Amino acid sequence: MVKTNNFDLSEKQRMQSFKNFFIKYRTIIALIILLFILCIVNGFLLPSFLSVTNFLNVLRQVSVTGIIAVGMSFVIISGGIDISVGSILAMSGIIVTMALKNYNIPLTIAILIALIVSVALGLLNGLIIAYGRVLPFVATLGTMYLIRGLALILSGGRAISDLSDQFITIGRGFFLKIPIPIIIAFVVYIFGHFILTQFTFGRYVLGIGGNEESARLCGVAIKKVKLLVYGFCGLLCGIAGVVLAARLGSGQPNVGSGYELIAIAAAVIGGNSLSGGKGSIFGTLLGALMLGVVSNALNLWGVASFYQTVVTGGIVLVAVLADKAVITKDKD
Amino acid sequence: MVLNSKTNEVVIRMENITKRFGGICAVDDISFELYKGEILVLVGDNGAGKTTLLKILSGAYTADYGRIFVNGKLEKIENPMDARKLGTEMIYQDLALMDNLDIPSNIFMGREIRRRHILGLLGAMNLRAMRQKAEDLLNSFDISLNIRKIVRNLSGGQRQMVAISRAVYFDAKVIIMDEPTAALGVRETKRVNDSILKLKDIGISVIIISHNIKEVYELADRFMVMKNGKLVGTVRKEDITVDEIVAMIITGERSKSK
Repeated sequence: MVKTNNFDLSEKQRMQSFKNFFIKYRTIIALIILLFILCIVNGFLLPSFLSVTNFLNVLRQVSVTGIIAVGMSFVIISGGIDISVGSILAMSGIIVTMALKNYNIPLTIAILIALIVSVALGLLNGLIIAYGRVLPFVATLGTMYLIRGLALILSGGRAISDLSDQFITIGRGFFLKIPIPIIIAFVVYIFGHFILTQFTFGRYVLGIGGNEESARLCGVAIKKVKLLVYGFCGLLCGIAGVVLAARLGSGQPNVGSGYELIAIAAAVIGGNSLSGGKGSIFGTLLGALMLGVVSNALNLWGVASFYQTVVTGGIVLVAVLADKAVITKDKD
Repeated sequence: MVLNSKTNEVVIRMENITKRFGGICAVDDISFELYKGEILVLVGDNGAGKTTLLKILSGAYTADYGRIFVNGKLEKIENPMDARKLGTEMIYQDLALMDNLDIPSNIFMGREIRRRHILGLLGAMNLRAMRQKAEDLLNSFDISLNIRKIVRNLSGGQRQMVAISRAVYFDAKVIIMDEPTAALGVRETKRVNDSILKLKDIGISVIIISHNIKEVYELADRFMVMKNGKLVGTVRKEDITVDEIVAMIITGERSKSK
């Protein structure tokens, strides 16, 4: 009889943990279902939609903004925002192409230089925000203009083209029939996911976003963590910048404006809260995919780009309102 | 009393502590001692300087004047990390929890259990060990909770228990609690009080800030009364009645009966 009771209890607990699982991952479950429905419906109506070519096409399109979105997610989860990502991306592209073209520096070293500069620019953001105590939005608004201006000065406002095939392969090449940008983005997502969930750094980012003062009292080095968050975001912008320059076949100083908003949109659709402390990299991936799939489907339907912008805005609003509705319900 | 003879080892001695905020003397030349494994209740009206005094001990404020001895050694406490290294942990009224995270994340924040070898050096956490340890900590207070629960969804008493567990994990020898049961119901208050007695059993000294003597009377070994930043007196529980303590709080004068 005791055994039956125990069994009942564990059964009840299992139901409870199942329910907890559902509540915890509701955003992700909802996004997966939505993406699934979108693919099925469009697949029925548009024969070309479900082809492997189109699938890889969507992934390639979202890879650059998707990489930035990982960095943006970390920043957002820490309770901040970084709107200078597009400028750092452009700067990275200019530096790698100039290093290759004007100074004949070997490819790996040129990429390394671009990434180091990107990290440095990210750390500059972090320095102003953590140590200068400037609001993240204002600080990165300043550096957004600053870095964009520097990229224009460095390049003389012109595109830097005629690059080696070896470099262009990074953006247009394939590895095992999969476009290289997709592989890079995939690695970045895996890396980001593990950093956030398995490493103390990710834990501190979540803690600071949840309650900065509490995290400080627990002995978390708030300023250092913030500095590193923006540095990490800078690194990912640098990677995205190299990939984009390689895909375009040139370094362009004007590239990437507006990417900050796409990255923020992907993060927010994926359930990352702009007030900080809540989010996942897997959610960001789904958010980025959602934006990519919708834009691709609208393209295939022949909808003008003006309407696509409206749809993107609609998705962001619905995502945020749905999240809000669920949270309010929880509290009741 | 048996207990006192067992516990006359001084853990903390604060001498002539003074702290001013502008023209107001929040803490005025206060000296007291804390013994090992005792529960000292600090009472006084709002604005008596209770919290300020203990924030000096926990490193949240620094004193303008005065000395602090820990285990007989003169120590400088300039920030919470200094205090923590000396084994003093303050549990604030808002508990300083991160509501968005689960129980182990809160207990181990800033002190995560890491994996071995190179991954650990890079900051990889041993999540399973942390869950296990968190469960053990709570079990040692006879509390069983779904360890994966987000702290936001816990009751006031459960949150208090998470904060206490965290202090114990930080290897605290002295735990300072600011109104630990102020916002709790009867049952939860009893639970938290039982846990405080358990802390005492394992040799931890507890200082409780309170302005409701009745809530903490049963727990206390000694009372310390403050008024307007000054120490009114320190008395053992067996030497005083509740009414006499109330009189001390109100009049600011030590009762003459003893």
